[in-house]
Amino acid sequence: MTISRRKNPILRTRLPTLPPAARSRVALGLTAAAALGRFELQQCGDCGMVQYPPREACQSCLSVNLLWREQVHGGDLLAQTVLHHSNDLFFRERLPWRLGLIKLDCGPTVVAHLHQSVKHRVQVRAALDRAGQAVIAALPEKEKADMADDRQLREFTCDPKHRKVLVTDGKTPLGQALAKSFAKAGAEIIWVGHSEPWKKFAGFDELKNLPQVTLLPFDVTDSKNVREAAAEIAGKVDILVNNAEVHRSFGIANRQGVETARAEMDVNYFGLLRLAQEFGPAMRSRGADGKASAVAWVNLLSIYAHANFPPHGTFSASKAAAHSLAQCLRAEMRPAGVRVVNVFPGPIDDEWNQLLPPPKLAPETLARAVVGALRDGVEDVYPGDVAQEWLARWRDNPKALERELSA
Amino acid sequence: MNPLLQFVEAYTAGKIRVVDLTQTLSPEFPSISLPPEMGQAWPFRIEEVSRYDERGPAWYWNNFSCGEHTGTHFDAPVHWISGKDLPNNATDSIPPERFIGPAFVIDCSREAAQNPDFLLTRKFIEDWEAKHARIAPRSWVLMRTDWSKRQDPAEYQNYDDEGQHTPGPDVEAVKFLVTERDVIGFGTESIGTDAGQAYHLRPPYPCHYYMHGAGRYGLQCLTNLDKLPPTGSVVIAAPLKIRNGSGSPLRVLALIHG
Repeated sequence: MTISRRKNPILRTRLPTLPPAARSRVALGLTAAAALGRFELQQCGDCGMVQYPPREACQSCLSVNLLWREQVHGGDLLAQTVLHHSNDLFFRERLPWRLGLIKLDCGPTVVAHLHQSVKHRVQVRAALDRAGQAVIAALPEKEKADMADDRQLREFTCDPKHRKVLVTDGKTPLGQALAKSFAKAGAEIIWVGHSEPWKKFAGFDELKNLPQVTLLPFDVTDSKNVREAAAEIAGKVDILVNNAEVHRSFGIANRQGVETARAEMDVNYFGLLRLAQEFGPAMRSRGADGKASAVAWVNLLSIYAHANFPPHGTFSASKAAAHSLAQCLRAEMRPAGVRVVNVFPGPIDDEWNQLLPPPKLAPETLARAVVGALRDGVEDVYPGDVAQEWLARWRDNPKALERELSA
Repeated sequence: MNPLLQFVEAYTAGKIRVVDLTQTLSPEFPSISLPPEMGQAWPFRIEEVSRYDERGPAWYWNNFSCGEHTGTHFDAPVHWISGKDLPNNATDSIPPERFIGPAFVIDCSREAAQNPDFLLTRKFIEDWEAKHARIAPRSWVLMRTDWSKRQDPAEYQNYDDEGQHTPGPDVEAVKFLVTERDVIGFGTESIGTDAGQAYHLRPPYPCHYYMHGAGRYGLQCLTNLDKLPPTGSVVIAAPLKIRNGSGSPLRVLALIHG
């Protein structure tokens, strides 16, 4: 895919439309798994039958003991068609559209959106569409160069290629790793914010020398600064990555007063609120702005957003607040088709986790995971072993995890 | 005749002019930097409450927040550990008559331009006195460096790998001003009354240590000192009346003749 011409700035920006979004509660099981990048289908706990579409009971033995289980991705293309007409506004604007029937290796036959290179054997994935609901997409069995450029597939992903990105804090190793990862992923412009611009930071020159990067004085605690920066660039930002955070390792009893906790809230929670109020409207208006539209809003949260880690207790609380607000943002961005991606890392290998033993997530690994999540179109990201383990424990028994973390 | 009426007569006749020595409070103005693990002063921040809109149809107003030591501000003796047990050492208890005083402005702008780490010495002050006048008791001594003309915050703060490089007084100069000249306080144009590298002096931050230890005050982030005569001006610097406050942003005015 090439985006050969720049957008003519005097043309109307078309309003975003969404594919059909209604799902039953049962069908949301597919969405819940797709949000994590997993392909799960209902499997009968009694007879083992895998079924699709989701139902209240097993189509084979009528058991209601149905479990969502990860399935193998392989399948065969049985039949295909190209849609040239649709009364649905979303598809009407995107015709022609390629669809097919896939016989999955795990049993059922499903209707899937077909990648342009699909021939016989396919790998399927549950993808989130612009409405945030899971659909099944069929891709070539083997990865191909430029596979992600497929016009239909880009409707399900948030690939940074050809897109314009804002990274809110370039002063941290993570911010710098993010800028480099986005440059490598083919982002066209990368604005990188830095607060207190009178203090030159380590890595400044390297960042400045990346041709895609424009450094921007940016402080999420300063409403005026956020408003003015948004006035300047919000109408161009396709992917916003909010990695600005304050992290200090205190609980309640080992730090006097509220000032440190307040600084955490001011950046981690109110910073997100300020960004959302100033950048949200412009991004919502550009949800269907051609091939490089506004697509994603990434929040750097923490695995501690789900369960408080008492040694970093006030930080955990601020991330829980940010997580709650991010859910609100997600609901408000969804009508525009802009995906809110929440990232829940375990401890990052940085200054403020100095005394935590490994494994700790390298900033470069985390940055790659963010880009990967955008490419794959997932919504909730748990990068690294610690986050994955905590996620599994939290999903299994949140109360047990609370006890384990406070031990 | 009542001298106040004489003052008003001269003032209305334009013989006394007001010079504003205050920087505008704004979020962009640099703030004091400490190691990140320590407690931090809030920078100046402002949030709109309403602006003739649905939040308040006929009125415009803001909430602002900042630390006591933000923008052009006053340091009270209680700010430093050396002044913590003195009587009348806080913004609410300092006698209000101390908020008005004559000013002696020592021009170090040439030296500061050549050397950002310039330290004002006792000898420099004595040479200045020989040329202008002896510093009178209970006066402000203001160190003019033209530092306030550095509009770029990076140049104003002037950091490198070794920290901040801004001018200030040395140890002996501060002791001399306190014990032999009985000054009311010391004022600078940079972010602190002490030099950027004053952590390495003995004691560290001598202007804070000795001025506040002797119950004297500080003014920093001043501007327009180049518009003041070396002698003969009067400074009005009244901090907010914060209970047990260690300092406060304030409007600093100077009255000059002519």
